[in-house]
Amino acid sequence: MNDFSNALSTAFALVTSLDRDLFEIVGLSLEISLTAVLVATIIGLPAGAALALSRFPGRRPLIIVLNALMGLPPVVVGLVIYLLLSRSGPLGSYGLLFTPTAMVIAQSVLVTPIIAALARQTVADLHEEYDEHLRAIGSGPLQRMATLLWDGRFRLLTAILAGFGRAIAEVGAVLIVGGNILHSTRVMTTTIALETSKGNLAIALGLGLILVTLAVSVNAAAMLLGETAHRRYG
Amino acid sequence: MAADTTDTNGLLPMVVDAVSYRAGDQALIDHVSFRLEDSRRTVILGPNGAGKSVLLRLCHGLLAPSAGAITWGGSTPAATMKRRGLVFQRPVMLRRSVAANIEHVLKTQGIGRDRRRGLVSAALDQAGLKSLAHRQARTLSGGEQQRLAIARAWLLEPAVVLLDEPTANLDPGATRAVEELIIRLGATGAKILMTTHDIAQARRLAEEVMFLHHGRLLEHRPAVEFFAGPRDPDAADFIAGQLIN
Ligand SMILES: Nc1ncnc2c1ncn2[C@@H]1O[C@H](COP(=O)(O)OP(=O)(O)OP(=O)(O)O)[C@@H](O)[C@H]1O
Ligand SMILES: [Mg+2]
Repeated sequence: MNDFSNALSTAFALVTSLDRDLFEIVGLSLEISLTAVLVATIIGLPAGAALALSRFPGRRPLIIVLNALMGLPPVVVGLVIYLLLSRSGPLGSYGLLFTPTAMVIAQSVLVTPIIAALARQTVADLHEEYDEHLRAIGSGPLQRMATLLWDGRFRLLTAILAGFGRAIAEVGAVLIVGGNILHSTRVMTTTIALETSKGNLAIALGLGLILVTLAVSVNAAAMLLGETAHRRYG
Repeated sequence: MAADTTDTNGLLPMVVDAVSYRAGDQALIDHVSFRLEDSRRTVILGPNGAGKSVLLRLCHGLLAPSAGAITWGGSTPAATMKRRGLVFQRPVMLRRSVAANIEHVLKTQGIGRDRRRGLVSAALDQAGLKSLAHRQARTLSGGEQQRLAIARAWLLEPAVVLLDEPTANLDPGATRAVEELIIRLGATGAKILMTTHDIAQARRLAEEVMFLHHGRLLEHRPAVEFFAGPRDPDAADFIAGQLIN
């Protein structure tokens, strides 16, 4: 117990003293996860909207697969990306393994299904309500997509925040494809795992505190956003 | 004034020829035929479930007939959709401000930003919604939502405006405001084709009445004649205020 309180006070000291190494790690975490979420949003929003609005054979199975992909185990994603990017893999020539780019790719793969699946649901619900009006005013397919994405903006933002929450907290995929290299690919979750196993509880706890704070704020933001939208738009 | 016989941009005559609409083995619209020749206000009158909403959707091209054909000035409903406005029984309010709801229709038509601003402000004025321009549309009262829906349908100087029970669920004050708007809309030369189950409203607004019951068109006559003495016994009972089945 004493160990724990010692570690906790050191952790606080580290965080409040703005320790340089600590903040490098936090910075890289944010950079990688935000980039991954951006990529996932750019792919996931239109893909989800298109899936909601188009009709083609095999669409329903595809939606089921997409929803299932929301629960992809990060280590498996890490493993597959590892195999693709490793020297002998099909994308090995790019030399991306153990770089932040590889970590962005892995997290994008994890987050894109979340954003796409939630975007599909949001757009499909709104479409049911808006369809006749949009048809009556002669809205084209792209205009229709734009209208529905815009009017679903609050729910979509919630989806994006959920994606960010998953990316920033995930350890399996970034550990495998990033390699946890100091000053290069070390992020909050991988550092916590490593330092805990080395018995370095202070830095692990310090990062843990920051991570929890981030996760809680993101969730709170998502909730507030949902409530605000509900109050404003009914 | 509204009874002039201008051709309303070639959308008239509108011809409905032996149209049926079936869902399963039930005929919701049963072999209906009629012609609309001029821009008088036409009211489709009938009790709940008569098929008024289905008929109006068929007219606008949102539903395709199971049998028969509908033409507007010789063209299909779908091809002429943009020259008509439609106000639904339960209007769709986009999750945007009142002004943005109006502007959205203009954007859909590819109208540039500069022209949009003037048109939005004119439409807000027309519908008496100026002071509510920045309110979220979904927080408007029922009557205000109907007026917004009419303003949206009115925007592009439509030759014809279809309105589906525009005052169902409104109190007398809101009903009067909506009816005045409809009369003004008709006075611009637009053909009004609306539905109602409210006999008093039909008396106030109709220049021509169509009586629809169980998906069948039982009467189609000038309003004065219709109210003086309907030929159809069900129609007679209905305007006498009796329950019909
Ligand atoms: N898509 C559909 N499938 C099956 N039945 C339908 C469908 N749409 C409408 N109906 C039925 O067709 C009948 C006519 O419906 P419609 O909405 O046109 O009536 P209405 O005259 O507009 O009634 P109200 O005055 O209540 O609005 C009703 O019995 C309704 O339940
Ligand atoms: Mg109806």
